[in-house]
Amino acid sequence: MTTLTTHPDVDETQRVLPRPKRIDGIPMGRIVGVELRKMFDTRSGFWLMASIAIAATLATGAVILFASDSSITYDSFGAAIGVPMTVLLPVVAILSVTSEWSQRSGLTTFTLVPHRGRIVTAKLAATLVVGVTSMLVALGIGAVGNVLGSTIKGVDTVWDISLNQVLSIILANVLGMLVGFMLGVLIRNSAGAVVGYFVFAFVLPTLSALLAGSQAWFRDLQPWVDFNFAQTRLYDGALTAAEWAHLGVTSAIWVLVPLLVGVRLVLRSEVK
Amino acid sequence: MIKVESLTRKYGGFTAVDDITFTAHPGRVTGFLGPNGAGKSTTMRVMVGLTPPTAGSATIGGRRFADLPNTGLEVGVLLDASAQHAGRTGREILTLAQRMMGLPRSRVDEMLERVSLTPAEAGRRVRNYSLGMRQRLGIATALIGEPEVLILDEPANGLDPAGIRWMRDLLRDYADQGGTVLLSSHLLHEIEVIADDLVVIGNGRIVAQGSKAELLQTAGTYVRATGQADLAGALTGSGIEFTRSGDGFRTDADPEHVGKVAQAAGVPLVELRTADGAGLEDMFLELTADTSREGAAA
Repeated sequence: MTTLTTHPDVDETQRVLPRPKRIDGIPMGRIVGVELRKMFDTRSGFWLMASIAIAATLATGAVILFASDSSITYDSFGAAIGVPMTVLLPVVAILSVTSEWSQRSGLTTFTLVPHRGRIVTAKLAATLVVGVTSMLVALGIGAVGNVLGSTIKGVDTVWDISLNQVLSIILANVLGMLVGFMLGVLIRNSAGAVVGYFVFAFVLPTLSALLAGSQAWFRDLQPWVDFNFAQTRLYDGALTAAEWAHLGVTSAIWVLVPLLVGVRLVLRSEVK
Repeated sequence: MIKVESLTRKYGGFTAVDDITFTAHPGRVTGFLGPNGAGKSTTMRVMVGLTPPTAGSATIGGRRFADLPNTGLEVGVLLDASAQHAGRTGREILTLAQRMMGLPRSRVDEMLERVSLTPAEAGRRVRNYSLGMRQRLGIATALIGEPEVLILDEPANGLDPAGIRWMRDLLRDYADQGGTVLLSSHLLHEIEVIADDLVVIGNGRIVAQGSKAELLQTAGTYVRATGQADLAGALTGSGIEFTRSGDGFRTDADPEHVGKVAQAAGVPLVELRTADGAGLEDMFLELTADTSREGAAA
């Protein structure tokens, strides 16, 4: 409502309500900015983000301390940093979604922007910005470690990861975050979604490997249905055309479809 | 202006809100009164798009809430003061709202001052807030966009008496300056002192609505005389039905009529007044007796 019923006896100098105003919509960039801020503005959120840099530093330090001279290569640092990232980044993605329900802040969020699709899109964008930035920071820390390590040990600095590999590794982690995001919108509960992620990332692959080891029919099928199997290839360097196809098909089954179902649930469910 | 038309919300076989229609007008405080579980919160959640209605509609100034371009600048909403991320500071929660609405940064401090949260309190995390402090923060979030419509669910919960007084004055000011205020409560006294209009709801249905004056009017008259038998005779003689209430009588007739009857019969009265206060309470209990958990026994 943009018109006001003014009472003649109201002292105009005491007005707290504004005169009729022109109201513009909320641009998407602003929503992304606010969602990004919300990923950092709690103590747990801040330390989760900080732990990405801390874990990358610790992993780098461990390589310098424990790796043999010949293993002081960028590939070793990249592999060491990759392990904590595959756990931390999906959790970042999960919490960005589920906190709205678990902490009930969604009541305010979805009232200020009563279009849940816009909020979900903004959260996804913010998550991807954090994911890519984190990977670049982590790989940067690894690069510093590589220079430092080779200098300390007196060996040549070996840069054995190509730009293509760097992009593949980032893609692998972004896919991992999408899994987290998918579980977030699907489950909408922090604890449940984190548990769901561990089942997805650690229990399912084990079962799949067992099945492939014992059942011949599954062995040929596995690349087409096991998402982790297809995703892990990204860490090993360039993918063949068949491997890209595997990745596309398994991502569609395990990430895209449930993501769409989850988003639909978010759009339709009641926020309490 | 808030307009609710034939709004219904069902959960499976249970009807939480059953075909309710009412309007909250600009310049007035509309009290949404009902026992717990009557459907007040569900109605308010439907108004702001958090719950889809089964049938009917709610509009703000003629538009659906979801069609407002920047809702915070047009409707201030406080549904549950406890629904905040416990790990954020009060100032941060207000800052998020300020940013989302695209307001100047200075507004955050202005609002903190307006709701009497000190800088030290604003810097604390919400998990350490009392319910009263959360309500103040929630009010600040609702007011920061200077909206013309306020929708507040049980805003006085957890406030101390001074806080309730403060809230009452604030909402009064808002309405006096042309704002539309809708606030819910299950406490009669709270609503009675602030609302201009009342919508009383029980088991999902509206059981009474109108201006407070009208509703009080229907609550009748309290009359008392030293000569009780004479008064009773006079009333009966004029065909006025009454019931005994304390030392006097209670009747649906208006006070002037009762006074004239007593005068004509020469019965000196010691008390004659509209049955206010307790009247509204009786009305509330009566209206909700069929629907409240305690039944008529209350």
